[in-house]
Amino acid sequence: METVKELLIILISSSLVSNVVLSQFLGLCPFLGVSRRTETAAGMGTAVIFVITLASAVSGVLYKFVLQKFHIEYLQTICFILVIAALVQFVEMFLKKTIPSLYQALGVYLPLITTNCAVLGVALTNVQKKYGILAGVVNGFATAAGFTIAIVILAGIREKMEYNDIPKAFRGMPIVLLTAGLMAIAFCGFSGLL
Amino acid sequence: MKESKWKIGERLFNGIVRENPTLVLTLGMCPTLAVTTSAVNGLGMGLTTAVVLACSNLMISLLRRVIPNKVRIPAFIVIIASFVTVAQLLLEAYLPSLNKALGVYIPLIVVNCIILGRAESYAYSNPPVPSLFDGIGMGLGFTLALTCIGAVRELLGTGKVFDLQVMPSFYTPIGIFVLAPGAFFVLAMLVALQNHLKAIAAAKGRDVSKVGSGCGGDCPHCGVSGCADRGVPGDGPAVIDLTKEGK
Repeated sequence: METVKELLIILISSSLVSNVVLSQFLGLCPFLGVSRRTETAAGMGTAVIFVITLASAVSGVLYKFVLQKFHIEYLQTICFILVIAALVQFVEMFLKKTIPSLYQALGVYLPLITTNCAVLGVALTNVQKKYGILAGVVNGFATAAGFTIAIVILAGIREKMEYNDIPKAFRGMPIVLLTAGLMAIAFCGFSGLL
Repeated sequence: MKESKWKIGERLFNGIVRENPTLVLTLGMCPTLAVTTSAVNGLGMGLTTAVVLACSNLMISLLRRVIPNKVRIPAFIVIIASFVTVAQLLLEAYLPSLNKALGVYIPLIVVNCIILGRAESYAYSNPPVPSLFDGIGMGLGFTLALTCIGAVRELLGTGKVFDLQVMPSFYTPIGIFVLAPGAFFVLAMLVALQNHLKAIAAAKGRDVSKVGSGCGGDCPHCGVSGCADRGVPGDGPAVIDLTKEGK
């Protein structure tokens, strides 16, 4: 029972309380870049959930059974980034061959995720917080879910904002950043949850 | 000799002022927002990044004839990740408090698009000495920007700069500026200012195509295009290249 409770706490804290984009600033590039339309934002979010969950599982196994076993934990950054880059390539090829419909939906977003710092960030956080493999996967899933929630909300707001009269200097990125700042204030409210 | 000295100076000036990675190109926004809660943190992060950038630029430039074009991106990543690991271990040993304050953002220097961007667009096609100074210039430009943003946030959020009280005692600190939302607000103001200056410069007929085309731009895959699109040897953005290898 205790572990279920712990996992639930990880789930809530990673997805809402310390949201990956709005309070940790990871994965900011896709958050600002791919949030013009709600559909594309949702697609990106799904791809991120898929990749981060998988990557945290793989990096968890790698850390426990290879790096810790041979006492080469200091190589974690190098190993994780290479494994993640290879994993994304592999997932892309695998989906293309076996599940073309899913590839159609997620394919275009996958190459963009290789350079997404949220993926590496989750793998490293899992190690820093000493999560086991299961807790790491839950943390990865929750972080990615938090990313999806944030990017879909932002895309919704941006769609509405297109018809507004925005001061010239604030058009484009500045107004999006201000919106994200207001969202971050709203997400601060979740800190009462835990 | 004189010409090479000029080139070194030109590289430093280019990195710090003309193509300042944060203030002009708006690259590497994740660490910029995350660690600038105080001027000291900004300075620490900036200098760490500068060291890694200078070392990796030098190493990549020395190896530029050895690294095959097709696997250059993975090779760059391995070199950068090695230097980041070295930097992280050094910080852990000698500056544990800074290491704790910067936390996971130190290893995340690996995915900072400034570093991969300089490797791709400068170091891979230029000799070692200018590349080293290009790295130092860019790194110092990044440090300068981070320290300034950190100082502004610290000043507004706590009334101090570098832990010294500067605001008069009747000033009530606006706590939100040292929290996450404050980072977005400060950056929004900065980009708005940049847009404004860009519009003025464009009206005067100057070339502004390089300004703000990184993560702050509207491109869908900014992390990639920010680094790889300018003056790249070879073909196209970094990640697309990585994809080609897989197939």
